[in-house]
Amino acid sequence: MDVFLQTLVAGILIGGIYCLIGIGMSLIMGVMGIINLAHGQLMMVAMYITFVLSAYMHVDPYFSLIVAMPALFLLGCFLQKYLLNPLMKVESILPENQVLMTVGIGMVLAEIARFIFSSDYKCVKTPYGGSAFFIGNISLNVPMCIAFIFAVVITVALFWFLAKTDTGRSIRATAQDKEAATLMGVNSTRITIITFGMGSALVASAGSLLIPIYYLFPDIGGPFTLKAFVICILGGLGSTVGAIFGGLTLGIAESLGATYIGMGYKDMVGFLIFVLVLVFLPGGLVGIKRLIKS
Amino acid sequence: MALLEIKNLVKSFGGLKAVNDVTFHVEEGEIFGLIGPNGSGKTTTFNCINNYFPITSGDIFFKGKSIKGLKTYKVCHLGIGRTFQIVKPLARMTVLENVTASAFCRVNTIGQAQKEALEVLEFTNLTDKKDKQAKSLPIAGRKRLEIARALATKPELLLLDETAAGLNPGELDEAIELVKKIRDNGITILIIEHIMKVIMTISDRIHAINFGQTIAAGTPEEVANNPAVIEAYLGGELC
Amino acid sequence: MTKKNLTLIILGVVLLAFPLIVRSDYYQHLVILAFIWVVIGSSWNLLAGYTGQVSFGHAMFFGVGAYTAGILVTKLGISAWWGMAFGGILAMLIGLFVGWVCFRLRGPYFALATLAGGEIFRLIATNWESLTEGMVGILIIQTFRSKLPYYYLALLLAFACVYVIHLIMKSKWGYYFVSIREDQDAAESLGINTTLYKNVSLMVSAFFTGMAGAFYMNYMAFIDPEVVFSLHYISIMAILVGIVGGVGTIMGPAVGAFVMVGVQETFRSAFFGLAPKWISQGHAMAFGLLVIFAIMFLANGIVGDWSKIKRHVFRIKTSST
Repeated sequence: MDVFLQTLVAGILIGGIYCLIGIGMSLIMGVMGIINLAHGQLMMVAMYITFVLSAYMHVDPYFSLIVAMPALFLLGCFLQKYLLNPLMKVESILPENQVLMTVGIGMVLAEIARFIFSSDYKCVKTPYGGSAFFIGNISLNVPMCIAFIFAVVITVALFWFLAKTDTGRSIRATAQDKEAATLMGVNSTRITIITFGMGSALVASAGSLLIPIYYLFPDIGGPFTLKAFVICILGGLGSTVGAIFGGLTLGIAESLGATYIGMGYKDMVGFLIFVLVLVFLPGGLVGIKRLIKS
Repeated sequence: MALLEIKNLVKSFGGLKAVNDVTFHVEEGEIFGLIGPNGSGKTTTFNCINNYFPITSGDIFFKGKSIKGLKTYKVCHLGIGRTFQIVKPLARMTVLENVTASAFCRVNTIGQAQKEALEVLEFTNLTDKKDKQAKSLPIAGRKRLEIARALATKPELLLLDETAAGLNPGELDEAIELVKKIRDNGITILIIEHIMKVIMTISDRIHAINFGQTIAAGTPEEVANNPAVIEAYLGGELC
Repeated sequence: MTKKNLTLIILGVVLLAFPLIVRSDYYQHLVILAFIWVVIGSSWNLLAGYTGQVSFGHAMFFGVGAYTAGILVTKLGISAWWGMAFGGILAMLIGLFVGWVCFRLRGPYFALATLAGGEIFRLIATNWESLTEGMVGILIIQTFRSKLPYYYLALLLAFACVYVIHLIMKSKWGYYFVSIREDQDAAESLGINTTLYKNVSLMVSAFFTGMAGAFYMNYMAFIDPEVVFSLHYISIMAILVGIVGGVGTIMGPAVGAFVMVGVQETFRSAFFGLAPKWISQGHAMAFGLLVIFAIMFLANGIVGDWSKIKRHVFRIKTSST
């Protein structure tokens, strides 16, 4: 029973970080209608920023959030403005050329990182890195708990932003109906740029929060991109609330998989869920809610 | 037996009933007009007939058989062709290719399909544009292409969704001629139209709906003089 | 029309005579690889360029074909050449499953599922060691010592693939595929069973890609999960071959295959030994930049944008003189 609870708690804690990744992806998917296959690679960039700050300037990883998030926000805006938006004017047979573009962006980002930092694994040592405290028989890893708290705070802040500010409302309006939003005076080009920036900043926060727990190498982005869309499928494509459920579910499932099936199959668990959801529950967890309603 | 029978059709989106208990039937060989103000549920009725989305309740019969829940492409195979209000040309195919693709509904070889497509293009007066890309056609051409494509599937019943909208007076007359010509070829027509001149001159019978509900039905004169219709839709226009 | 036929005949003669004139194993090897890419690229193009269903995981079909051929040797002891048939069929069945799951749904599900599919099969091949030998990979003995038989087989396979796709595109299937790409709703209302025909396109595409994988196993005689299920070097390369050559054209992927194998080899060999060695590390970077460049400026590929390219080159020439 303790093992189970321990696994569950670990899953929920990592699930908090997955939420940040998933919400970022969902926002982009909702507003632009595209899947961002450079999502994990953007996180990787944030992780290297955090790594540099911490290894060379001795900035605490959590403190580096205030650098990494704005930096990635700007990077995201830049990518959307100069690489993704111009594609709307390019006449192409392929419907998914924006998605392909994100693949290209992801590859280039990973290679730039390899160029600068080589393929070596890096990790950041923090004084609290290995420390843990106990509640009953369950040990709680300190950096994971801190990360979880940060994740909750950032998520709440984001939802407040989406609900209460003009820009937030414009984002939601664009996600719901782009044409109608444009007719109502929403500058949809500006909104796509801001949204991509915010999605990037969210995944950046996840990257910084992961640094004390995880190791880092240039190809770390790929698996996280895959995780990101598994989360989105789980929650229901384009739903930010769904992404929270999706993130927690994936965290718990992976954790259970690693404990009870074996570490090698940890990544398989995510994909297994992915396939099952596609087959049996294409609307994701949000779909269930709709199903019950009707 | 009527060719098409709509019985107590209801379609709701969430709480909104876009079509609420509509009943009518279309006889073989007639031109049947469906009118109503914007958002009254006309196009939704069409979408229900070829099962673009499932209907909430009621039933639809084609030649006496229920076609409720039948896949869209099967409805077409049964003999119901349709055009779209917001035209959907297969943009990067030529006009001939557009129509050929539809002709494959009844034949299997490219030779036959192309032959039939050319006949339909001749009938709809599009022969001279056959090698143009569909996206390069002006609106009148696109509307015509919609009809040509639907005809190439050899329908017994043709659903026309605002084929005259956006046309200038000259094009309008041509469109009216075309619709009549199609009927004279033995194809029954169910038409949605906004332009009164068109619907009043060509329809044998008219059914008017508003807010998803029937408000009047009968010959063009009867419907035009119906107070509910004038109130809801025509305003003082015809008085 | 005759000019086009003449070009094709000359091309055929050149390709047939090539290994008899150029005796270097190295160049023959590159052309064989290009032929394999013609098959993968054309298959991908049938699905993405013509039917509008972009696959991000053609490595899945390629790898399944390759592993089928390999496992036939290691587990059943029969010739890996049987893999050409069985690998193709197995890839086709897997394609059918993916299609059955995804084509019911609207949205980017197919793109996501193919992307995930490639990774799933890579993980299976890595972890199911009793069947696949895991990371060690599968090593078989080549049937022929000379490259010549492989060259002509690859040529035959590439030709067959391109020709079959050419025939398909001139038939009912082809018209239906393009209709689905252009407007799914219109296609459905014109009596086209869009779900069925998307699956047909996917199955043909998967079949040829599986065959290419099986051929690769026979030719290279060694595979491991990282090579044949590679996201970058198979799935993305397939997309690049299609885009660079020209999506939605018959000859596009064939042209793209030769260009991309050329680019790949140029980087791998550090510009044939002329550039410093570290350039070969920039291989993936070049791929990424090429994706970005191709999508921005060459959306219809070399074949699709040929007139545009000619105009540009011409203008540069006139301005320089």
